[in-house]
Amino acid sequence: MFAYYLELALRSLKRNRVLTALMVMALALGIGATITTLTVLRLLSGDPLPQKSAQLFYPQIDPNAKEGYIEGQTKPDQLMAYPDAMNLLQAHRGTHQAAMALTQAKVMPKQVNARPFFSDAVMTTADFFAMFDAPFQYGGGWTAADDDGRAQLVVIAGFLNDKLFAGANSVGRVIRINDHDLRIVGVLKPWAPQPRFYAQDLGGRSYGDGDAVFLPLQTARAMEMGPQDTECYAAVPDIRHLETAPCEWLGVWVELDSGAAVADYKTFLDGYVKQQVALGRFQRTETSLLDLMGWLRQEQVVPDDVRLQAGLAFGFLLICVVNTVGLLLAKCLRRSAEIGVRRALGATRREIFTQFMVEAGIVGLAGGVLGLLFAELGLLGIRHQPAEYASLAHLDTWMFMFTFVVALVASLVAGILPAWRACVLAPAPQLKAA
Amino acid sequence: MDILPILSTLRRHKVTAFLVILEIALTCAIVCNAVFLISQRLERMQMFSGVAEHELIQIQAVSIGKQNDAAARAQEDLIRLRQIPGVTGAALVNQVPFTNSSWNTSVKLGPNQKQATLNATQYFGENLLQTFGTRLVAGRYFNADEYLDFEAVQRDQKLQAKVGVIVITQALGERLWPGQSALGKTIYLGETSVRVIGVVAGLIRPALFNGDASAQWSMAFPLRMNVSNANRYVLRAAPNDRDRVIAGAVAALRKADPHRVIIEKKTLDEIRSGFFQNDRAMAGLLVGVCIALLVVTALGIVGLGSFWVAQRRRQIGVRRALGATRRNILNYFQTENFLLATIGIALGMVLAYGINLFLMLHYELPRLPAVYFPIGAIVLWLIGQVAVLGPAMRAAAVPPVVATRSV
Repeated sequence: MFAYYLELALRSLKRNRVLTALMVMALALGIGATITTLTVLRLLSGDPLPQKSAQLFYPQIDPNAKEGYIEGQTKPDQLMAYPDAMNLLQAHRGTHQAAMALTQAKVMPKQVNARPFFSDAVMTTADFFAMFDAPFQYGGGWTAADDDGRAQLVVIAGFLNDKLFAGANSVGRVIRINDHDLRIVGVLKPWAPQPRFYAQDLGGRSYGDGDAVFLPLQTARAMEMGPQDTECYAAVPDIRHLETAPCEWLGVWVELDSGAAVADYKTFLDGYVKQQVALGRFQRTETSLLDLMGWLRQEQVVPDDVRLQAGLAFGFLLICVVNTVGLLLAKCLRRSAEIGVRRALGATRREIFTQFMVEAGIVGLAGGVLGLLFAELGLLGIRHQPAEYASLAHLDTWMFMFTFVVALVASLVAGILPAWRACVLAPAPQLKAA
Repeated sequence: MDILPILSTLRRHKVTAFLVILEIALTCAIVCNAVFLISQRLERMQMFSGVAEHELIQIQAVSIGKQNDAAARAQEDLIRLRQIPGVTGAALVNQVPFTNSSWNTSVKLGPNQKQATLNATQYFGENLLQTFGTRLVAGRYFNADEYLDFEAVQRDQKLQAKVGVIVITQALGERLWPGQSALGKTIYLGETSVRVIGVVAGLIRPALFNGDASAQWSMAFPLRMNVSNANRYVLRAAPNDRDRVIAGAVAALRKADPHRVIIEKKTLDEIRSGFFQNDRAMAGLLVGVCIALLVVTALGIVGLGSFWVAQRRRQIGVRRALGATRRNILNYFQTENFLLATIGIALGMVLAYGINLFLMLHYELPRLPAVYFPIGAIVLWLIGQVAVLGPAMRAAAVPPVVATRSV
């Protein structure tokens, strides 16, 4: 039966080529626009560490002065000052915990005549790699003792290892960074969470390659490497001694493996802040402990423009669907006579309805195929846009399948009204008229 | 033209008529808002910077290794840069417009004020304003003897109090002291106070993270930078000389210190164009969507119009046989389309206003100016008429003899 409907539908679509082409084209444009923007939206609101994100939390506290504070409404600061970050780390309340800041490392290649260059670097503490599941190609991370001892060592990314050591195992070798010789203890496999969640608010970009150099925080500070972003909450006597200045420049992450651990940590954090208030260091008691995805939402990693584009694309699709409804309806009413004959020969309403839905479905599938082409074109356009995430905009399997879901749903929704009108048509008057 | 028969026909084709109206309404609503968004982006791209944009070049050069004679190195660099033929000014500064990297501080109007009035950006560098080419509207620029070394000030708290004077923008002055002259007024920054000695017409902030409303809140300080605390060399040259000057400057800087990394060498025009590239891309995309929408709507009207004409062939034939002229038939379909478009546009206006309210709530957009409504209406009327012309002409071509054939 279905094959018969298919044949009928194809024949009817062929009879009116221009109208069919119009419907398919309009639907395809709407689908193409929707899939393009949804791909970007999905890319931007994606989970950078799917296997771990539910266990990673970002504690926030607020060392600002009392003025302007509204209890329950003022949000705590995004970054943390050095003493607080160290106090939280040393409490060891999570499975893992690390503090981090971004910086620029001046790398001096050993080769003669090679020019020095700048690389994105992270100054952090020992747990960083285990907590974020950063995979090692060679060697491993450093220990808490190395942190305290300001050990002259470094972990580098695979791409930097390729550039400097042609991809060979460089563990134990020395790299010159900011005029200091540092021993390489680990080389990472390609690792670049998208977005680079730990860099939010630390002054770095969110997308693209991962960081090239990872150094122990104390070591980097001893080498006078400074953070990319510093926010001061009181008058600063000496900006160079960031460890003691009233300035926030570190992001702290904790790994908490269970709901109970999260509740415990929040209690601990509140307690810590109350203790600081009692000591006279703090005036505000607001704290926050968001998980990774919650933190990204609060940081609004998805730009307004992208949301706006997605909304626009949906509006576009809606208009295309209305357009398709109109054209399908036009086609179906024109075939009143044919429907009358089929009804008179014994076709039930259900059968007529199915026949017209099959026809709509075919329009949808054709629109989907063409829409896929438009989406690929759209994504090609996105990749040529100036945004950081541009090069990541590709159609994956899910979006590929979703295109056809959207196409079928759109066309079937568009087909309901015409198919309904077709099946409730009384056969007798049509036969008479014909 | 008789409207009543048209209305009665439409009443018998409610669904089809409704679909046309709906499509026109949705298109009208989206296109009005999209065009408004485009105009907002274009306007933003015209943002006033206050500097001699077509004459400026930025070269970012970072030295490797510890600089023991950073101040001397900076002075030598600047002398070398000024010697390049075509260079009319050179300065070593902490920040440059449109580079998205800025130094900011909170500003207070009194010594005991607890909460800052606003946050403004700080431009440091000897001869910065003269090199940038800002326009002085009141007071004066800094005298040579007013400059202090930034490094010394940073190291010694007592020197901070000696900075003493600043130049601010007109917009910042107006914001701090509405309706008054900013000249001679005092502002408080952290522990120190400074007096305004000059006002410039404009000087845009390097980054607009705090929103476009505060784009002009800038202050310039008489502080001298050196190569250990600043790396942005700004050169001024005639527009045609810029490419040559860039090449000469890179060579001169490398000659002065071979261990330098030149991070960036661009004209301010290029930097500005990069700064607004997202706006440009968005505006382009919106234009594309608008055109696609209007085309789809027009094609929809053509499709439905053709169907309608085909369905009423007999009716048209009868009318022609009863004496209606071709023009009457043409007018009939044109009027019908005009009626549908008018209802659609009216609905679309309401919808456009609703979408605008939603955007105002979520994306900090201003209210849709009323002028968009008549323009949107005219555009959609025109498109409707153009789209229906084909089917209407086909209808007018129906011969009266059709009436006699099929009945």
